[in-house]
Amino acid sequence: MIKTHRVRNLFAAPYLAWIAVFILVPLAMIFWYGFTNESGAFTVENIAAMARPEHAKALWRALYLSVISTLICLLLAYPLCLILTERRTGRQGMIVLLFVLPMWMNFLLRTLAWQTILEKTGILNTVLSALGLPALNIINTQYAILFGMVYNFLPFMVLPLYNALAKIDPSVLNAARDLGANEWQTFLRVTLPLSLPGIVSGVTMVFIPALTTFVISTLLGGSKILLIGNIVEQEFTLAYDWHLGSGLSIILMLFIIVNMVLSALADQNGEASAL
Amino acid sequence: MKYFASYHNNKFAAIFLSAALLLPLLNACGSSGASSDSAADAQGSAASGENGVVYVYNWGEYIDPDTLASFEEETGIRVVYDEYETNETMYPKVASGATQYDVICPSDYMIQKMIENDLLQPLDYDLLPNAVANIGAQYYEQAEGYDPGNLYSVPYCWGTVGILYNRTMVSDPVDSWSILWNEKYRDNILMQDSVRDAFMVALKLNGNSMNTTDPGELEAAKQLLIEQKPLVQAYVVDQVRDKMIGGEAALGVIYSGEAIYTQQENPDLEYVVPKEGTNVWIDGWVIPKNAPDAENAHKFIDYMCRADIALKNFEYITYSTPNDAARALIEDESIRNSPIAFPDLNDYSNLETFQFLGDEMDRLYYELWKQVKSE
Repeated sequence: MIKTHRVRNLFAAPYLAWIAVFILVPLAMIFWYGFTNESGAFTVENIAAMARPEHAKALWRALYLSVISTLICLLLAYPLCLILTERRTGRQGMIVLLFVLPMWMNFLLRTLAWQTILEKTGILNTVLSALGLPALNIINTQYAILFGMVYNFLPFMVLPLYNALAKIDPSVLNAARDLGANEWQTFLRVTLPLSLPGIVSGVTMVFIPALTTFVISTLLGGSKILLIGNIVEQEFTLAYDWHLGSGLSIILMLFIIVNMVLSALADQNGEASAL
Repeated sequence: MKYFASYHNNKFAAIFLSAALLLPLLNACGSSGASSDSAADAQGSAASGENGVVYVYNWGEYIDPDTLASFEEETGIRVVYDEYETNETMYPKVASGATQYDVICPSDYMIQKMIENDLLQPLDYDLLPNAVANIGAQYYEQAEGYDPGNLYSVPYCWGTVGILYNRTMVSDPVDSWSILWNEKYRDNILMQDSVRDAFMVALKLNGNSMNTTDPGELEAAKQLLIEQKPLVQAYVVDQVRDKMIGGEAALGVIYSGEAIYTQQENPDLEYVVPKEGTNVWIDGWVIPKNAPDAENAHKFIDYMCRADIALKNFEYITYSTPNDAARALIEDESIRNSPIAFPDLNDYSNLETFQFLGDEMDRLYYELWKQVKSE
């Protein structure tokens, strides 16, 4: 027994080293910077700075946009996944692959491509005007950012949902029908609860990157719409104030932790399939 | 481990996991786009030229790549070349010591800031014969404003900041910054996404100095910028050029160096220096204190000051060159004496050059800019 333990520890060592160097040390540094000022003295000012109107506004805007984009992703992905799992045509794999395929391209390039498409004189408006339709001015607005979030993060909703739905045993559904449940009741009382872990991990996987993104808002929002991610990024890259940047990201981390605790709670009921 | 176990039987697990791992990485490293971080990678591993390597950190699209190739060929020094979009994004990378460069090309006020924060080393003019012979005396004199005695920097490019507008889209006369507040051009205005340049426009319009440290004047400028925000299509830096050429916007705040190039691409464009005055800037080559190879750095700077090389760069980037010898070589007289490329500064009033106002003031400017942007 002791020997296998030792072997096990040996195998775990590279991963533990990885965690220490790339997760624990940076986290410790963020906390150190977040709770100190330039002279190294303890302060909570960097944390409290979140209450300043310009920061609070950016946080509120980021929360608002990420909640909406998460909901849109869920509403788009759920019916799709239901169709994929119920019609076992043998092509589901292909369709899921089509969803994942764009992720192999660089995230920045894809977002830049949307900039070119949505611009005032961009591809979309060229096509629209060729068809005699009015131009669409959504570039550099919140809608463009929302669009970018949904586009970029939809696959992260589809995959866990598909996974959860595909795992539901068809005989459970048949049993429900045998016992007199109609389609709607079967969905509400069997499919939906069983897919909850998928929903929870999908929501987490979309909500967190949407909340913290700064690339999408810069590229599709014309730098006019600051999200909290932009504020944190610019404290590091422009203002050279790592203390404030770290303080604000600690608050952001709280939101992420709350989200993860909620996922874990929801997960206790269902079978663990969260990520 | 439960996370991985649950995907055991799923053939998509691998795709999903790899994608899930990639996304945060991409999210983290994609800042404003064009800048690359290749020096950090190259420093350790890549092969060096027979005479070593020189690490150069310059503005985006601010050099003719052929001159880098010919430098490598003639000197046997390999060039590792990185780009940045604004002075403000360059500074933290150099100040934190995250990457070491041999040559950087900041603007006036940023050179001053780097001198005051002890980040630069004095130049050895014995190693820079071309810089001594070719750069015009008046530019050295102007540079004394931020680099007294010209100890730390050699001028590379200079110019003004003004309004580039599309004649087919603007009906009013353009001679004042105030046109950028004209409701008629809502969603057709491009502003600079760079704190000092943006505040310069508002401060000049209010009749203040663009180097003001007066909180009241800055507050008024901030209000003006907030007022303007609904009319602004986007805050951009290098993209002003392409957007103006493509007819994406009617008016844009731009560096004079881009004017000639954009006019060549789109003859409807016109460049104007507003009557309220503007920023006369100089970008200069400097050598950071922690430069790995100061000797190669001097060689690089001197090479860039050679008349034929400076001419090549001028023709490629069309930014005004302080290199008198290169200017004399320009064949096209209309460009050699172009009022845009080589303006007679006596024709304008209220011209100023940015000064470094201290870290405290930097902080205040940035804070106000953040309030504008988050509005």
